[in-house]
Amino acid sequence: MAADIFEYAPAPESRAIVKLKSEYGLFINGKWVSPQSKKKFASINPATEEVLAKVSQGSQADVDKAVKAARVAYNKVWSKTKPKERAKYLFRIARLLQERAREFAVLESLDNGKPIRETRDVDIPLSAAHFFYHAGWADKLEYAGYGDNPKPYGVVAQIIPWNFPLLMLAWKVAPALATGNTVVLKPAETTPLTALLFAEICEQAELPAGVVNIVTGDGTTGAALVNHGDIDKVAFTGSTEVGKLIANSIADRGIPATLELGGKGANIVFDDAPIDEAVEGIINGIFFNQGHVCCAGSRLLLQESIVDDFLTKLQSRMAKIRVGDPLDKNTDLGAINSAAQLSKIKELSESGTKEGANIWSAPCTLPAKGFWYPPTIFTGVTGAHRIAREEIFGPVLSVLTFRTPNEAMEKANNTPFGLSAGIWTEKGSKILWAAQQLKAGVIWANTFNKFDPASPFGGYKESGWGREGGRHGLAAYIKGAK
Amino acid sequence: MSESLGKLIDGSESSLRAFLDNLPGVDKVGAEGRAAMLGTRSIKTTSKARAIDLAISMVDLTTLEGADTPGKVRSLCAKALRPDPTDLTVPHVGAICVYNDMVKIARDYLDSIGGQSIPVAAVSTAFPSGRASMEVKLRDTQDAIESGASEIDMVIDRGAFLSGKFGLVFDEIREIKALCGETAHLKVILETGELATYDNVRKASYLAMLAGADFIKTSTGKVAPAATPPVVLVMLEAVRDFFSLTGKRIGVKPAGGIRTTKDAIKQLVLVNETTGPEWLTPKLFRIGASALLNDLLMQRMKLRNGRYSSANYVTVD
Repeated sequence: MAADIFEYAPAPESRAIVKLKSEYGLFINGKWVSPQSKKKFASINPATEEVLAKVSQGSQADVDKAVKAARVAYNKVWSKTKPKERAKYLFRIARLLQERAREFAVLESLDNGKPIRETRDVDIPLSAAHFFYHAGWADKLEYAGYGDNPKPYGVVAQIIPWNFPLLMLAWKVAPALATGNTVVLKPAETTPLTALLFAEICEQAELPAGVVNIVTGDGTTGAALVNHGDIDKVAFTGSTEVGKLIANSIADRGIPATLELGGKGANIVFDDAPIDEAVEGIINGIFFNQGHVCCAGSRLLLQESIVDDFLTKLQSRMAKIRVGDPLDKNTDLGAINSAAQLSKIKELSESGTKEGANIWSAPCTLPAKGFWYPPTIFTGVTGAHRIAREEIFGPVLSVLTFRTPNEAMEKANNTPFGLSAGIWTEKGSKILWAAQQLKAGVIWANTFNKFDPASPFGGYKESGWGREGGRHGLAAYIKGAK
Repeated sequence: MSESLGKLIDGSESSLRAFLDNLPGVDKVGAEGRAAMLGTRSIKTTSKARAIDLAISMVDLTTLEGADTPGKVRSLCAKALRPDPTDLTVPHVGAICVYNDMVKIARDYLDSIGGQSIPVAAVSTAFPSGRASMEVKLRDTQDAIESGASEIDMVIDRGAFLSGKFGLVFDEIREIKALCGETAHLKVILETGELATYDNVRKASYLAMLAGADFIKTSTGKVAPAATPPVVLVMLEAVRDFFSLTGKRIGVKPAGGIRTTKDAIKQLVLVNETTGPEWLTPKLFRIGASALLNDLLMQRMKLRNGRYSSANYVTVD
């Protein structure tokens, strides 16, 4: 049969390059220390449920120690380090990330479940690019438009999510160090390993002790960090739910926060779109990183006149998505990051069916072990369905339709979120018009999920406060800058 | 052509324009991005072995030089039938592709060595420029068919296409197709390197298919760029969509610039993930090449022996 003509043989990336320890401590004040509680928890490979390593559960006492180390490092070393010297450290880190890129890519794939193609081509190169970019800013901050004597906050508490573990670390750490802050960072509970490998990079770069501290743990560790009395600023990427808790916590403390939260991005396809590339863009918008993307294009808004043809093409393209071993270089869709996330995806999908939408999943064989969900779309979705309003954070696309451009804008903006949107049309004037109407922090035209360190990223409404990246992102780490 | 499409397009300039100008545009960045992504597919071990044999069976082994001689054409024919004389498990190539005056020499020689199943393709209609009167183009094609060509690789009049005379191009293809009849398969060369935009590649692909092409082919091999992955992607999308429109499968032939096994495998990946595996047959996909065959053979030897052999272990043409 024709299907057998050209099956791709497994092409797995070797994991030999990753040398994991069986247990990890906390990285505080340039040293690896045991957590006070002595408690450890496992970080597993979501594709196989195999335990990769045990990491430390940081407690209040550990957070105290880390914040203190960051404070001392700020007062005694980092605030006295010349900007030009700070830049050298950042350049060094960037180069080390590039040198060890394959190691990071394999480890990120193992710990997160995302395909090696993405860690290799997106996560790791972009992480290095963020350090390079911010290294360039370190000694030019007075030209950034925030006054002629821009000052850092001091000690910054940073909490990052599990969807892009190293990249989110880079988004947070690079601008903080470039502007002269010191950092206490808590990586996500399910994906701490690349952050711990990053601690090794800090050692290798001979970054002064205490400038970057990494405390692993669960939500209680994050809460201890956010609520700590001696931090000067909070930067958080994660769910809107936790973002609201953080906003509450800092409300009467007079410290600022940058929040990068959820989204329910609309990808709007007009009838005069470049159809084949739009199909690719929709695929990329929702199935990139298993849909674990805050700016995912999780609502497809299709102009009525092209609905049938477009969905036919979309489904036949979805059937070609290669689901499986994240370390296989030909895998397009990897594992769902955790059992908890998988059950959330399933619960929301079930609500879609119950509320009357039609589900279609690409025919694919899912591995027996690990956490998996097939590429899925819902048609016949209305604005009142939960799957049109809540963030699924998985490979599930909700398809809505519109008749006129105004209706498209109205539907796209009808959400508590406002992180991203995509516009697909060959008509330039329509792009400019739509971009003005859409209430979203990032708008892509005839493309999707394109990131660059020079381009600011952030949301409207419940999608967050502040921007990351670019000149605008520097403001998050400069005292008094808006 | 399906009935509804037939009603839509009566061959008049206005009906063609209405149809072709209404095709969705191609976003350059997106198309190139998709082709580049497919270029990262990693084809190893058993699938590489399969891909190499498949690619060999799809090669239109070509010589189109002013300096061609009967001797060179015969030696090419021998190679087409048995690409690797030391290994008879190597499949024969898809076809031999030569100029008109070499067609009879190739046909006779192939027949005499047991290569009856290998078709001879002739480049026709004032190849490569297409700058001749219709009368000459028809006579040229007639000559090739009479000499034994069972495949005709015609060029379109790019000048006419670029100046918007779609009807003229349509009529030329249709007349050549009528001449080919059931005797010869018609491949229509778009010369994508001269068409300048992917939108034009898409339009020219449809124009050729509507006019009766059995295959659409990227290039003459005399103009660069030729069969770049995004161009082939756009043409594959066109045949895929034409199939869903009409139920008729049209073949695709990239030609020019495909020199290595890696290049060839990238083309097969494009086919596999754009039209699907139904097109992975020499009946629907050919690769116009000359140097490529030796590289495929050397990679095949490497897979078999576990080491690379020098170029002296494959034959020169």
